[in-house]
Amino acid sequence: MELKAPEQEVSRFRARVAAAAVLVLVGFALIIARFVYLQIIRYDYYSTRAEENRISLVPIEPNRGLITDRKGVVMARNYSAYTLEITPSKVGNVDDTIDDLAEFIDIQAKDRKRFKKLVEESKNFESLPIRTRLTDEEVAKFIARRYRFPGVDIKARLFRQYPLNDLASHAIGYIGRINQKEMAKIEEDDDMVENYRGTEHIGKTGLEQSYENDLHGVTGFEQVEVDASGRAVRSLARTPPIPGNNLQLTLDSDLQRVAEQAFGDRRGALVAIDPNNGDILAFVSMPRFDPNLFVDGITPDNWDVLNTSADKPMLNRALNGAYPPGSTFKPFMALGALETGKRSASMIFNDPGYFVFGNNTFHDDKVGGHGAVDMVKSIVVSCDSYYYSLANDMGIDLIASFMSKLGFGARTGIDIEGESVGVLPSPEWKKRRFKRPEQQKWYAGETISIGIGQGYNAYTMLQMAHATATLAGGGVVYKPHLVKYVTDAASGKRRTIEPTPIATLDFKPEHLDVIRRAMVGVTTFGTGAKAFQGAKYQVAGKTGTAQVFSLKGAKYHEGDVHERLRDHAVFIAYAPADHPKIAMAVLVENGGWGAQAAAPIARQVLDYYLEGIKPTGAAPDEEGAEE
Amino acid sequence: MITLGEVRYFLQRIVRPIDPFLLVISLIIMGCAYVVMLSASPERINSHIINICAALVVMWIVAGQPPQRLHNFAVPLYVLGLLLLIGVALFGDVSKGARRWLNLGVMRIQPSELMKIAMPLMLAWYFQRREGSLKFYDFLVAIVILAVPTALIIIQPDLGTAILVLAAGFFVIFFAGLSWKLIIPAGVLGIAAIVAIVSYQDQICASDVKWPGLHDYQKHRVCTLLDPSSDPRGKGFHTIQSTIAVGSGGFFGKGWRMGTQTHLDFLPERHTDFILAVVSEEFGFAGVLAIAILYCLLIGRGLLIASNAATMFGRLLAGAVTMIFFTFAFVNMGMVSGILPVVGVPLPMISYGGTSLVTLCLGIGILMSIQQHRRRR
Repeated sequence: MELKAPEQEVSRFRARVAAAAVLVLVGFALIIARFVYLQIIRYDYYSTRAEENRISLVPIEPNRGLITDRKGVVMARNYSAYTLEITPSKVGNVDDTIDDLAEFIDIQAKDRKRFKKLVEESKNFESLPIRTRLTDEEVAKFIARRYRFPGVDIKARLFRQYPLNDLASHAIGYIGRINQKEMAKIEEDDDMVENYRGTEHIGKTGLEQSYENDLHGVTGFEQVEVDASGRAVRSLARTPPIPGNNLQLTLDSDLQRVAEQAFGDRRGALVAIDPNNGDILAFVSMPRFDPNLFVDGITPDNWDVLNTSADKPMLNRALNGAYPPGSTFKPFMALGALETGKRSASMIFNDPGYFVFGNNTFHDDKVGGHGAVDMVKSIVVSCDSYYYSLANDMGIDLIASFMSKLGFGARTGIDIEGESVGVLPSPEWKKRRFKRPEQQKWYAGETISIGIGQGYNAYTMLQMAHATATLAGGGVVYKPHLVKYVTDAASGKRRTIEPTPIATLDFKPEHLDVIRRAMVGVTTFGTGAKAFQGAKYQVAGKTGTAQVFSLKGAKYHEGDVHERLRDHAVFIAYAPADHPKIAMAVLVENGGWGAQAAAPIARQVLDYYLEGIKPTGAAPDEEGAEE
Repeated sequence: MITLGEVRYFLQRIVRPIDPFLLVISLIIMGCAYVVMLSASPERINSHIINICAALVVMWIVAGQPPQRLHNFAVPLYVLGLLLLIGVALFGDVSKGARRWLNLGVMRIQPSELMKIAMPLMLAWYFQRREGSLKFYDFLVAIVILAVPTALIIIQPDLGTAILVLAAGFFVIFFAGLSWKLIIPAGVLGIAAIVAIVSYQDQICASDVKWPGLHDYQKHRVCTLLDPSSDPRGKGFHTIQSTIAVGSGGFFGKGWRMGTQTHLDFLPERHTDFILAVVSEEFGFAGVLAIAILYCLLIGRGLLIASNAATMFGRLLAGAVTMIFFTFAFVNMGMVSGILPVVGVPLPMISYGGTSLVTLCLGIGILMSIQQHRRRR
């Protein structure tokens, strides 16, 4: 069937074919133009995009620096362990996933609770641990089932460990997961953002916080080629991390242990300082806590226990507990009197047992008084009337200006954060402190009880120890510090935290000598004599009793109100009295009379530090806990 | 004994229907496909070779048929295809959200593929019948013949195949002499619609807006084409990664088997619909240009064959089949370079996949057959 088409129709068809050919050419021209645009004009852009696709910078977390005591005993270290981690945004139902995992991995209710808390505190795309320290068997079991759990993975992570557990926990502090507030702070600094890309933990309190920059180290990076699913195919380049610097402390862990054990169940604080250089030898706040609890994220139960306990174990009493010093203030008052010429050492004060100021009578604690009292006796027997009268003669301004030189009412500059200022009372302080004009006025009567360390006086044991060390050191003021050396882990180079004399107070040696004799008298035949019976060294000390002044924000529970209303026992001391190696301040909350509760603790510490005598019957602290 | 003459005669029987120009171009394109496939998906190279051989056999068989026989097949093929499409709509299997497959017990078939060839055959057959007395009414009939199966494919939904079937049918009608008065306004309208969509994309792509007659996933495709970054991990991923592969290839490419987008799995569907992105990444603009030139030569030869065809049936069929190649190539290249939505159209004779390869070689065979029986002056 050969149909002959009319020529006219064929030519019309050929016109259409020509039109189609034009369409084809225009179409391909369009396509080619697009490829020219992509491949030639925008080549650099897309080339970069392709490189970004394939190259991923994986941060390598540096080893956090170690913390050792002055003799090299490890107080904070790292260990590597496997953790099971979930990225909540990548799993459908988190609870179901955990249920499925729990079929072959031991996941307890506390793990779930802790995980829930982590989820609430973090952003959704973070990988969060549900279980840490997996056993090899658990790792194997998970790997065999990994395909069933997208968004769940096993990671090898470095963990912080505090092998001495509770020991010196308030000085060491702890690290914990970076929270959103800390993250916001990190993000303010570009270098820091880069350096914390692989880091999940940060120092939260204590030295872990204040030396964060030294301890953290420099994050390393590995350039890896990744495929579309983010899996590393091969390594292209690697910048190794630089481990954090190690801290060697001034603390003596054995001394610290003796001091902590001397407290027993009692609450309180103790700070011991080497008066020759400001080294802090012991830094105690009781009760303590176990910093290991915080490392993986603390469980809500543990958190509740630590925070609701009436004993307030998380309160750093040595750093933040401001207490009236009581009679331990008297040696400083006496020195002030000598230095300002308000009293001479030999001047006799006849103590009737009270001091009258205007319409008020201030009583001595000994009915009938101490009779004829000179300066040395005033300290040895702790005569209140002597100091009522002295305070009145000096006046508040002179007291305040003298005491401020010794560091009362000011931060000592210790190398951990959050130190309290305490209260050095003065008319200026009152103006700042109170709002209403009638409260702002300083009444002369208020000066009287300042003289015996009561009234508005409130100092931390750190400040007390610091002032005692200045006294012991003949007026040279050193900045107290917990870190002796910062050691570069890679090069081994050691940076010494130099003892920095902040000031040299030109106290007259004969004045200091009077005070020393008086304080030695306290421990040999005075109020503290019983506690130091048989000591082979000479101790300069002073007992004190602080009227209870509730701690800031402390709540009194009705059940134990009586015990909690008892006076705080205070004791300051330095020894050996003629060439002091250690100065300290001790406080026992609600311990009653200073000589009874606080001085024996100081005795144990001094016995150990000066004579190497370990207290009898004290159990060795739990040491080197299992990992 | 077989004489030399007999061998020569036998060889002539084999060679005679073949158009050497078309064959050489096709072989070059398939050779390119072989090289690219060795990079994109070396594990499929053997089955790809088998597909090529099967397709060449089909090409040769069809080339040997006179156009008259193709003419006789037109109506039965079309009716069969239509019935199968209706069957799919009623009893088809659903896979990946689309009802495309018909389970015949022994095998599953995709009848929409058949329509790519049956449609131009049927329309060419119809216009051949009405030759000499072509009226406006005939174009209406042709549009119905085209619209019914196309509609059935759209509702499956399979936008890619629908576009190809529609294009195949449209080009028959176009070559048959559909008035420019109709084509130009339609074209203008279409361009206006595209301009409108692009300029109002924010409003029409808002998540609560429903598009009449289209599935959500189709709306998604268009919207992610307009703004791939709106869904970089989901629907926009294909387009974004493909343009990165293309752009990063530069002028000469990264080298064979050196494409990072390809080999690190960033490029999706790299052996099928997005194989041109592999070419672009590894052989650069030079490779793309070479492929485009090969297609132009193939299409040019096809259009030449169409203008020399002896009958109206031959002219229309050859023209339409040729333009199917163009449509395939244009849509695929546009898709890979991010100017057309991702609709699932393979790159002709290069993408992996037996069905489309056989269909396309069948088309080449048809062109060869028509060329064999061309008009002699």
